[in-house]
Amino acid sequence: MRKQKRDRNREFGFVTYSFVALFLCLMGYIVYFNLFRAEDILSSAYNERQDMYAKDVVRGAILDRDQNVLAETIVNEDGSETRSYPFSDLYAHVVGYSSHGKSGLEAKTNIELLTSNESFLTKIKRDFQDEKNLGDSVVTTLDSNLQQTAFDALGDRRGAVVVIEPSTGKILAMVSKPSFDPNQVDALWQELNTRDDSVLLNRANQGQYAPGSTFKLVTALEYMRENPDYPNYYYECSGAIDHYDLSIACYGHTAHGTVDLGDSIAYSCNTSFCNIGLGLDIGAYENTAEEVLFGKTLPGELKSAKSSFGLTKDASDGDKMMTAMGQGKIQTSPYHMALIAAAIANGGELMTPYLTDYILNSSGSEIEKNMPKSYGALMSVDEAAVLKEYMTRVINYGTATSLGYRSYSVAGKTGTAEYSTDSEKNHSWFIGFTNVDNPDIAISVLIESAEGTGAATDVAGAVFDAYYN
Amino acid sequence: MTHLIIEISKYIIILLIIMYTYSCFAVYGYQDPERKTAMLRSQNVLMFLMHLIAFIVLYLNKLEMKIVLFWAMQVGLFLATILLYSIFYPKVSRLVINNMCMLLCIGLIMLTRLDYDKAFKQFVIAAAAIGISLFVPVIIRKIKILSELRVFYGAVGIISLGLVALLGRISYGAKLGFTIAGISIQPSEVVKVIFVFFVASSFKKSLEFKNIVITTAVAALHVLILVASTDLGAALIIFVVYITMLYVATKKPLYLLAGTGAGALAAVIAYNLFGHIKVRVNAWRDPFASYDTGGYQVAQSLFALGTGSWLGVGLTRGQPETIPVAAEDFIFSAIAEELGLVFALCLILICVSVYIMFLNIAMELRGMFYRLIALGLGTCYIFQVFLTIGGVTKFIPSTGVTLPLVSYGGSSLLSTLIMFGIIQGLYILREDEEETIEKQKKLRRKESNPASGRRARH
Repeated sequence: MRKQKRDRNREFGFVTYSFVALFLCLMGYIVYFNLFRAEDILSSAYNERQDMYAKDVVRGAILDRDQNVLAETIVNEDGSETRSYPFSDLYAHVVGYSSHGKSGLEAKTNIELLTSNESFLTKIKRDFQDEKNLGDSVVTTLDSNLQQTAFDALGDRRGAVVVIEPSTGKILAMVSKPSFDPNQVDALWQELNTRDDSVLLNRANQGQYAPGSTFKLVTALEYMRENPDYPNYYYECSGAIDHYDLSIACYGHTAHGTVDLGDSIAYSCNTSFCNIGLGLDIGAYENTAEEVLFGKTLPGELKSAKSSFGLTKDASDGDKMMTAMGQGKIQTSPYHMALIAAAIANGGELMTPYLTDYILNSSGSEIEKNMPKSYGALMSVDEAAVLKEYMTRVINYGTATSLGYRSYSVAGKTGTAEYSTDSEKNHSWFIGFTNVDNPDIAISVLIESAEGTGAATDVAGAVFDAYYN
Repeated sequence: MTHLIIEISKYIIILLIIMYTYSCFAVYGYQDPERKTAMLRSQNVLMFLMHLIAFIVLYLNKLEMKIVLFWAMQVGLFLATILLYSIFYPKVSRLVINNMCMLLCIGLIMLTRLDYDKAFKQFVIAAAAIGISLFVPVIIRKIKILSELRVFYGAVGIISLGLVALLGRISYGAKLGFTIAGISIQPSEVVKVIFVFFVASSFKKSLEFKNIVITTAVAALHVLILVASTDLGAALIIFVVYITMLYVATKKPLYLLAGTGAGALAAVIAYNLFGHIKVRVNAWRDPFASYDTGGYQVAQSLFALGTGSWLGVGLTRGQPETIPVAAEDFIFSAIAEELGLVFALCLILICVSVYIMFLNIAMELRGMFYRLIALGLGTCYIFQVFLTIGGVTKFIPSTGVTLPLVSYGGSSLLSTLIMFGIIQGLYILREDEEETIEKQKKLRRKESNPASGRRARH
């Protein structure tokens, strides 16, 4: 009799178990969603709920690595709140502002700043007194000494500087010029938005520029991969190269004579790189560019523009030559170039860049700490070592000898990127790192329409000096 | 100070719902009828406590007397429901009654918080619908020709759906119903119940291939009309209910496979045919990329879920009003935001417990017709729960159906309460059957005549 009943109900059992299984999946998904997906989704710019916390919490402070205040909320006597930025325009882009949709770290760490990890008893006490809880503080990796030096060195020129610690990925400085005073954002909002110098744009990670000769490092990397015999590469530079009806010259028509691959980098020899570019396999070249993050979403807490490589399979010889020397359709940001310099400095391995070092509650206890994480290798250890050696030559006898003979060693690559027909004015680039054998800091400097050569190199030199003094 | 009370109430409410949910499943483990009854009674205590605490918070938030009155009215309704059922139908399943009240209670708490006027309307409809549903078990028990009316069921279903498709009022891109004298009626809600009766009576009549083809054709017509009026949720529910009933009635897994295959094919065709469906699928794939073209609702819902996290932000402390149709299709997200995901997961488990009880009743019944009715209604209920919760959590594309008994909506409330009434009627039938068997057994024992060995087959 029992068996009969079981037979009769077999299909019912199957249906019941199927639906119960379906619901277990649904519940599992909800748990997964809250554990792993919710945080990302909540940081969406469309989310208006974040500010709900501000009803109960006084927004926490943002501090530099020595816990100097970069942003804090001051509660006035009448209970109203003012967000104050003691360094004025120094940190305008990276720290950002907290009204008008928020930007920079103010936007990225909004939830942390509006979360209070005060002790349970303190919270209850405040509740009884109808007082707001105090939000947590975000301690950043930013170094005010380097930030100030880079800021001053750029002066009135438009441009950006990014300084990274290659061994950890800590971002020590991120400057964008022109800058503005975040204390005045509310008063000047209209004006800031209509100015034609895009003052609100963080040029460090949102600006898009031709990388110029700094890209020759990527071209050299691709050449090494396609030609294992690269140490025996030689080219006779006569100061210009003619290819059918195209003629490309070295800077100032200087003839560099017989150059090998390292010399080509050191002198930034355009003709040699045009020669290299003509022989490269576009598909492989594109892969190498992708491996060093062209066309990829760049790691980091602040949203960065994607760089583009722009060389397609059906590209003409002219395009190939231009791309090989960093002109063409390539676009990149100073931040991206800083990551490439940091990866070369760190033996090819890129450490995930980060700005938030740790979180403190209002009484100063550490709540959470970010540890350095590897993002992955952008190139092999051997390849990084060769590029490092070539970049040392740039300082020793190449285009950046002004950085030689200092108390610390430097490796780097200069760049001049043409952006208009006015050959007098070019974007000036420098990427590199110090203490070559065991690199301390990596830097990327870009100056828009700089006059003369070496403008970016000088800024880098000033920052390096500030670091070692 | 209010903030503190809300914080504390949050934890108590979660604790109460966990205890309630636990008892929903633990009750099956008790053999002793007295302990079982005690446990079922304690469920009511937990519900009334939760209801009280929630309304204290709602009152502190608004400080309006009408909230207190409304609380008293709701307590009256729940008490009356529990008492009337136990007086008129002592054999009724108490667990189903308890869960029905609990789901209504959660819905009314959230609706009062979202929109007092809607909550009051919901309350009035709930009271009327419970009144009506009290008669349903009698009808099921006494009227024996219910299983003979298949032509009637089929005709009513097709005609009312057809009318909506032709004349219907458009809401959120789907033609759902008409408004008569200020009351909007969504026939598809009631048709779901009638459809289950149609299929059950048809299969009871015959399981020959010819009859299966005819029944399938009528079922397909239901689905087609619903798809044409772009009521995707109802179309899916009818489809799944039919496949399930067909499989259980015929006991042929082949039908299950063929049905699922045909359904998948139809889904692909419908996707390419209707812009309305495309929009929802795109919103599901990436609600943020399609934020301005349909992803808005799901994105807001996900913000609510994430903000609420495990414990919720506390009743009245969230921003569920930023979720579109928060009182209807997206009420689950509003609940999760303020009362927390732990509460929301318990809510899911209560729905699952309702379903298991429905299927339990189905398995105990003997007549094919009644078995299929319980199965069909149970599947109808649980699949709708799955569609709505899956939709608002982005587990599946959102189909715009309501959470039965919890969401605001008269037609849905009425049809679900009738559905519960029918199940109760079937439960009583089962108890009747058992009684008859017991009597027969006793009778046989009295006769104690082994020679007349005609044994009951059950």
